Amino acid sequence: MASPLEQFEISPIVPIQLGSVDVSFTNSSLWMVITVVVAGGTLAIAAGRGAMVPGRLQSIGELLYEFIAGLIKETIGAEGRKYFPIIFTIFVFVLTGNLLGMVPYSFTFTSHIIVTFAMAIVIFIAVTILGFARHGTHFFAFFVPPGTPLIMYPMIPIEILSYLSRPISLAVRLFANMMAGHILLKVIAGFVAAMGVFGILPLALVVALTGLEIIIAFLQAYVFTILTCLYINDSIKLH
Amino acid sequence: MSEPERPSSLDDLNQRLKDARGKFAPDAAPEDEGASSGGLGLGFRVAIDLVAGVAVGVFVGWLLDRWLGTTPWLMVLFFFLGAGAGFSNILRAERESRKKPD
Repeated sequence: MASPLEQFEISPIVPIQLGSVDVSFTNSSLWMVITVVVAGGTLAIAAGRGAMVPGRLQSIGELLYEFIAGLIKETIGAEGRKYFPIIFTIFVFVLTGNLLGMVPYSFTFTSHIIVTFAMAIVIFIAVTILGFARHGTHFFAFFVPPGTPLIMYPMIPIEILSYLSRPISLAVRLFANMMAGHILLKVIAGFVAAMGVFGILPLALVVALTGLEIIIAFLQAYVFTILTCLYINDSIKLH
Repeated sequence: MSEPERPSSLDDLNQRLKDARGKFAPDAAPEDEGASSGGLGLGFRVAIDLVAGVAVGVFVGWLLDRWLGTTPWLMVLFFFLGAGAGFSNILRAERESRKKPD
């Protein structure tokens, strides 16, 4: 029987070697491209018509827009309006990637920690730069709020480490949820074949878990996005 | 052509613009957020926050050790600092989720 981990295997489609660096176009890259095309295409069509009474596709676009706009208003406030494009892009990219991963025979790139970590570290660095650009060296007050009593100064390294742990918890949360769900699905699906007639039981479980996985796909995209919003908020407002 | 029949479209547009702007007024009451993702989600989140703190602590300690040549000691120290950071992550997340309703 195929290993439940086989689904995460990276296989190069177009091998490219740049110096000593392997930059092959892999199945992971392929699915990222598909994600961008699907998400971009859907939204382009959704935005293209602009009918007064929205059709199905336009409704999806409008729902997405209002969802993210509401999220930004809630977490950052009116100032967050500026960051709408990047937050919307992150949400749609992660969500579409998660959902396309649920299609049989597809590849879930969000279940690879290097992908989620790359996104998280870019967000982390951007948010840090944003903080320094907004506040200059006052941004260090993030770690030592003004009026901190001297006895609390040993907390500074802890605060800094806590800040540095952000990209890791951001990346691991998405990756662990996606990977755990997909492994679970494969393991239980393996029982279906192994148990013969009684395979009906794990089959029912797989159906239920598939539903759960789709919820998790949404939920984790939402969590990734809301954390991004909170980090932007911290950088703008310094607590 | 058919102007008399409907209110001028400019007025209509104005109204819609006003509505749209109102949505982003800073003083608009935030909608309350219903979904805390349940016990499993919370547990997962707490575990990851804690482990991330410890991992970063150990990694930073290891880097400093390699740089300063004090091999095990800074890593040990930063392990505990990292654990502290992990707990402070959890406490902060908890505080934020409490603060949400108001």
